[in-house]
Amino acid sequence: MVARSIQPELFEVRSDGSCVLVGGYCASSGRYHFPLQDCCPYTGATDIERVELSTTGSLWGWTAVTTAPPGYDGPVPYGFGVVELAGQGLRVITRLSEADPSALTFGDAMTLVVEIVGADDDGDVVSWAFAKPDARMTDPQMADR
Amino acid sequence: MSLAAVTGVGIHPFGRFEGKTVTQMGVDAVRAALVEAGDPRIDAAFCGTAYSGVAAGHKVLGALARTGMPIVDVEAGCASGAAALQLAAGAIRAGQYDTVLVFGIEKMPKGIIRSSFFEPWREQAGLAATPSYFALRAQRLMRERGVTKDDLAAVVVKNRAHGVDNPNAMFRKAVTAEEVLASRVVCEPLHLWMLCSPNEGAAAVVVRRAESAVAGTIEVAAACLRSHLPGSVLGEATPMAGIDDSAITPPSTLAAQQAYEQAGLGPDDVDVAECQDTDAARELLAWEELGLCAPGAQGALLASGAHHLGGRRPVNPSGGLLAKGEPLGASALGQMVELVHQLRGEAGGRQVEGARVALAHTVGRGANASVTILRRH
Repeated sequence: MVARSIQPELFEVRSDGSCVLVGGYCASSGRYHFPLQDCCPYTGATDIERVELSTTGSLWGWTAVTTAPPGYDGPVPYGFGVVELAGQGLRVITRLSEADPSALTFGDAMTLVVEIVGADDDGDVVSWAFAKPDARMTDPQMADR
Repeated sequence: MSLAAVTGVGIHPFGRFEGKTVTQMGVDAVRAALVEAGDPRIDAAFCGTAYSGVAAGHKVLGALARTGMPIVDVEAGCASGAAALQLAAGAIRAGQYDTVLVFGIEKMPKGIIRSSFFEPWREQAGLAATPSYFALRAQRLMRERGVTKDDLAAVVVKNRAHGVDNPNAMFRKAVTAEEVLASRVVCEPLHLWMLCSPNEGAAAVVVRRAESAVAGTIEVAAACLRSHLPGSVLGEATPMAGIDDSAITPPSTLAAQQAYEQAGLGPDDVDVAECQDTDAARELLAWEELGLCAPGAQGALLASGAHHLGGRRPVNPSGGLLAKGEPLGASALGQMVELVHQLRGEAGGRQVEGARVALAHTVGRGANASVTILRRH
């Protein structure tokens, strides 16, 4: 069974279990953006190409959310931060699989994973998250999938 | 050109008032301001609010039997009240109105602010917790400016000490750094007491056209509102992604630069300031954005006491949002009430002696940023 992406236009989960963030690239400004828009968020230009964003990057900022915010039914605490995507100069707001801030440092290598944030009648609802590459293999939630 | 002068202020205390409606709080604040101003004819009214619903300002003025004039509700996030004041001051200077009532009202739910700004999927993904964004900003400030967690606690200690003497503040008990650091971690590095509480309250200001200033006139020397430029992932605009923002001017700085130019003043002329301390790190960032502090000098400036009451340039003598709490639409005008009291010499135990130039700053959702400068002639 393929889990449902929380917002398929932004985050695709494929039948083989891999996943990718969908963004845009504007040729005239030379900038990537996320989520995909019709106009470049930096110049307003419309020469936008749909692109799959890098699935790796480095950690730029992080924390952990210790109380469930309004509208959120997933596990607590959970990691939250910013990952700078490899080669694209884009800093993306993201969940982090690591919910212990003391286990992370600036510049940590990060890779894109799926994370369960809820369920509906058809099964699990998943969001994207970034994790340390080694954590991806050892995460028991992911090992089941 | 004529100038805009403040002729009356009023406030309903900030806090929690079960059983009292937002309309009733607005009535209290507006009536107090109108009495101070000598019950003038009002040509227009601007009401700052974000959570009060449709035509909320009309309900307040309807209850006071003061309708018939244009009444416009203004929403600009945490800067809503300042945006309302900016519209009023601009209309007065342009000669459109002689006397304008500006007020702000709010009654907010408890806990983490829920905002229609965030799409439902973003809430479900856990990407809509406002303190988590504040925490990232605090972490970057610590990394890039050498600010420490003890510095963050020191900001709370300062503002809570200031709030003791403010009868309109929600929290009036002084706290120690140890107590601040012992409060639970909401989002590392931010502890609960380093975050302001959303709450309830109202504030009002009457602004009137004057052809010239006389001794004692309190002039709105500048009222500027700016929004964010694209790029920063940390700003109050809270985008899903951004780029290297080291060369992108934040909206608070844009507003400050415009305000200093409009007033013909600079940061060194400011005697007292109220700034956005949504969280302790936010205040330290504001010092820098407003030109009150060199980048990286926050720790030294805190230790020197320069921005404490009794220091060279007190910041948040009212106790700031950390002591008062933050009723969004009312908070900026609460700052104006405080600063008008300071300029009149009516601030009691938190008086900044001889204050003549006062600056107010707010920044919030949408990355609306305001800087207002009041000057006593």
